Amino acid sequence: MKTKGARNALEVAMNIVFLICGLIAVAFVLFISVYLVLTGLPAIREIGLVEFLFGREWASTAAEPKFGILPFILTSVYGTAGAILIGVPIGLFCAIFLAKVAPPRLTAVVRPAVDLLAGIPSVVYGLVGMIVLVPAVREWFHLPDGASLFAAILVLAVMILPSIISVSETALKAVPPEYEEASLGLGATWIETVFRVSVPAASSGIAASVVLGIGRAIGEAMAILMVAGNVANMPSLFKSVKFLTTAVASEMSYSAGLQRQALFSIALVLFLFIMLINVILNTLLKGKKG
Amino acid sequence: MKKKTLALLLSAALCVGMLAGCGGSGGGSAGTPAPETSAPETSAPETQAPAALSGTVNTNGSTSMEKVMGALIESFGSVQSGVTVSYSGTGSSSGIQSILDGTCDIGLSSRALKDEEVSNGAVAHIVALDGVAIIVNPANTVEDLTVEDIAKLATGAISNWSELGGADGPVAFIGREAGSGTRGAFEEIVGVADQCVYTNELTSTGDVIANVASNPNAIGYASLSAVDDTVKAVKVNGVEASEATVQDGSYAIQRPFVMVTKDGAAPSDATQAFLDYAMSGDVADIIRAAGAVPPVK
Repeated sequence: MKTKGARNALEVAMNIVFLICGLIAVAFVLFISVYLVLTGLPAIREIGLVEFLFGREWASTAAEPKFGILPFILTSVYGTAGAILIGVPIGLFCAIFLAKVAPPRLTAVVRPAVDLLAGIPSVVYGLVGMIVLVPAVREWFHLPDGASLFAAILVLAVMILPSIISVSETALKAVPPEYEEASLGLGATWIETVFRVSVPAASSGIAASVVLGIGRAIGEAMAILMVAGNVANMPSLFKSVKFLTTAVASEMSYSAGLQRQALFSIALVLFLFIMLINVILNTLLKGKKG
Repeated sequence: MKKKTLALLLSAALCVGMLAGCGGSGGGSAGTPAPETSAPETSAPETQAPAALSGTVNTNGSTSMEKVMGALIESFGSVQSGVTVSYSGTGSSSGIQSILDGTCDIGLSSRALKDEEVSNGAVAHIVALDGVAIIVNPANTVEDLTVEDIAKLATGAISNWSELGGADGPVAFIGREAGSGTRGAFEEIVGVADQCVYTNELTSTGDVIANVASNPNAIGYASLSAVDDTVKAVKVNGVEASEATVQDGSYAIQRPFVMVTKDGAAPSDATQAFLDYAMSGDVADIIRAAGAVPPVK
């Protein structure tokens, strides 16, 4: 048996180890934030904040380069909004189905399928989108080419489904059964109970799943690169568009000088966007609880 | 107890296996040696029989040069079996940037070097000439286009195929990303630099061909060496795109395939050997077989 002193020393040592591991995560976030700010500011200073954020033309390699990223910002916003609009209702209803309505045998088939969907790499989504979805969009809507904001929204919606479904399902399952039994006891039907009691009770978990979905949608680059067309237009549903992420991804390898610094600034804008969305949604959640 | 020792022995074996990847005679199969550190072993200093070299040569750049590089690398393997040459297609401007940064041994470009690249130290070695084929979907009935027509298609002045005698349908002009050598060469020769309105900007020659092959409204440009049966190359000003017309200059839209080195940075022996091999007259047939045209010597 170790002496009391030795056991205390071990406790202290392990505590320090855990603290260091926790701090490593904080350190990474701090490092990335500071690095982005330091590399992203010079270009913004040179181009001008208003011209950069609200300029409508991006021509980084032209003879007279223009660095307006409003098209990218709007495209990312519309794309994410579209994906959420399609993905959240489908995901939520699927979660309700899995948690409350489905018989166990059906759940045993559907849940592994959802988990598999979560594990598919984004390149595969992009490939399937490029080979199947883009020609289909071209045929249905008589467009010159199917690669468009619409195709990107569809692909993004499918990609965020698994996160929304699994987190919402967990939240729904965590609703205390007493709530539902009380509702049924008062004479409500099962579906009425689900929509008026279980879903509101699980709303913070469902909101968390939406935040997860938004985070995934706004950060997706690979799949979008293959289905969105990559021309820096102002966003319109059936035109080729470029997102904030694909703008950085497609030009980073060969950029130099001001163009490269502008790409870092785009990364900074993207980072700030995600922080902003997280803060807004967290305050909304806190407000709801209080 | 036995299970524990077995587990320990297996983990030790794994660690030893990891270390086996290190070392070796300079041939970095697992590692990525910097260009300056690949150690050649020359057996004899004379130039009659090629001395047996070893090392890796990292080439990086133009996606149009994929077939030519593939053929050269394969045949170089029979001349110098100890040297591993790798190719990655990241785009001409990206390749030039990497050689100037020192992150690869040879940069590959499918356009002539710009003045600022030359003043930054880039040295061009022209390996082949290549035509930029203007490709349309096989279902498209258009066979011949003038350079002015192509310019109008690129800028969006012509937006329906019926204006050129084809079937009624919108024109989808498929282009490449801004750093592409093929795009640079095309825009410069056709005269539409900074004015093109693309429906789609893809990142490699292969992607453009695949896209045009699957879309009846599409027209795009791609390296002649990469064109296959899935697309149709139209005639430009009545001249069909082929090696003969590229070589004698009658096919208007053509550009050089360039291997780029950096002035002042001494290439390793393996790199120099590969460069000399590619520039020598012995590979003319290989280049022709890959679909490009040997440069006029």
